[in-house]
Amino acid sequence: MTPFLFMLVVLGFSVGAGLLGSLLGIGGGLILIPVLTLLLKVDIQYAVGASIVSVIATSSGAAAAYVRDRMANTRVAMFLELATTAGALSGAFMSGLVGGRGVYLVFGGVMAWSALVMLRRMRASAEAPVPADALADRLALHGSYWDESQSREVSYRVTRPLAGLGLMYVAGTVSGMLGIGSGALKVPAMDLAMRLPLKVSTATSNFMIGVTAAASAGVYFARGNIDPFIAGPVCVGVTLGAWLGSRHLMARVNSTWLRALFVGVLLWVAFEMLRKGWAP
Amino acid sequence: MSEAPKPEPRSPEAATAAVQDGEDASLLHPELLISDLLRYGVAASLALVTLGTVVTFFRHPDYLVSSEALQRLTSPHPVPHTLGDVVAGALAARGQAFVMAGLLVMMAVPVMRVALSLLIFRQQKDRLYVGITATVLAMLVLSFLLGAAH
Repeated sequence: MTPFLFMLVVLGFSVGAGLLGSLLGIGGGLILIPVLTLLLKVDIQYAVGASIVSVIATSSGAAAAYVRDRMANTRVAMFLELATTAGALSGAFMSGLVGGRGVYLVFGGVMAWSALVMLRRMRASAEAPVPADALADRLALHGSYWDESQSREVSYRVTRPLAGLGLMYVAGTVSGMLGIGSGALKVPAMDLAMRLPLKVSTATSNFMIGVTAAASAGVYFARGNIDPFIAGPVCVGVTLGAWLGSRHLMARVNSTWLRALFVGVLLWVAFEMLRKGWAP
Repeated sequence: MSEAPKPEPRSPEAATAAVQDGEDASLLHPELLISDLLRYGVAASLALVTLGTVVTFFRHPDYLVSSEALQRLTSPHPVPHTLGDVVAGALAARGQAFVMAGLLVMMAVPVMRVALSLLIFRQQKDRLYVGITATVLAMLVLSFLLGAAH
């Protein structure tokens, strides 16, 4: 394979990862890292470096559209970024201390758990009332969004901001450690703990991922893990895919289908991670 | 953001109307400002990356035919990892340095977004959120400083 062909292949996979990532509220790094390392034999350190930049690209590209449509809750995002950036900082430094296999195992376990929780809630879809929360009122986190499939403005209330903050710290740590956006942890934290609607959770997760990733990208850059030859096409491809996804698909996708797709991806990733941690 | 819900949030008329009302559009529609910052930042980054890629293939025509070069490019090797490296490479018209500059712009976009949010919350006199946003910004700056010292 020539470098030119290699670049085209990387570009193609990146477009696919960006498209899927923007629909699911994940950065696409989870899809890209296995493709780059297993299929294209890229050294893991460069795969992680390229991934972290692509994560920022996906987030910013998709978030531009979500913010304009007022789908992302910017106040919730800002509040939770307190925890994700602190977590990302800890994670980027902890990655040197903790063994890679242990991280993969814990991560795989967390992913499988979130997939199961989401699956359970998918069956029991009856909407329970959201408990009142004084801190959420004080932070003015409640909002509304325009639902394309229902053709009406849907308002929602937010609860348990502190539980969200704690979960976001964990998500940030994982993000900093593995060079992924960890939207797969952010979406359940907002959707299940804070009770934001899934579409709002997905959009807000996308919006936050860039800031989380930027907090760890500096460390990866200084370590020399960001190789322009790989990160360049990844960055362009992922942005293109994310733009296509958020622009042309998001508003038309039904929440139930989105959730089913999301659970499938979570389970697949959990399996990959556990396998990686198990076999040296 | 408590103004009346708009049935078509994507329409640019909303922003124009706010300006015509003589009110500060950024006060009423911070979403539009943030959205534009994200879009133009990403566009600038992608332009640099694309330019750098074209320059790279122009300066290394063998990349189009030789498969030996790939082995070298995908195995562990030193890459520019300080701002000085990137600036020096760009001055020498090295394509990969332009790509790297583009990637650095991409990394800076979320940081600029938080800085813009800080200004918006200040304008809205929302003290609580000014504090929250300033803390996030401080942590981002800290991460870049710690990374450089690493």
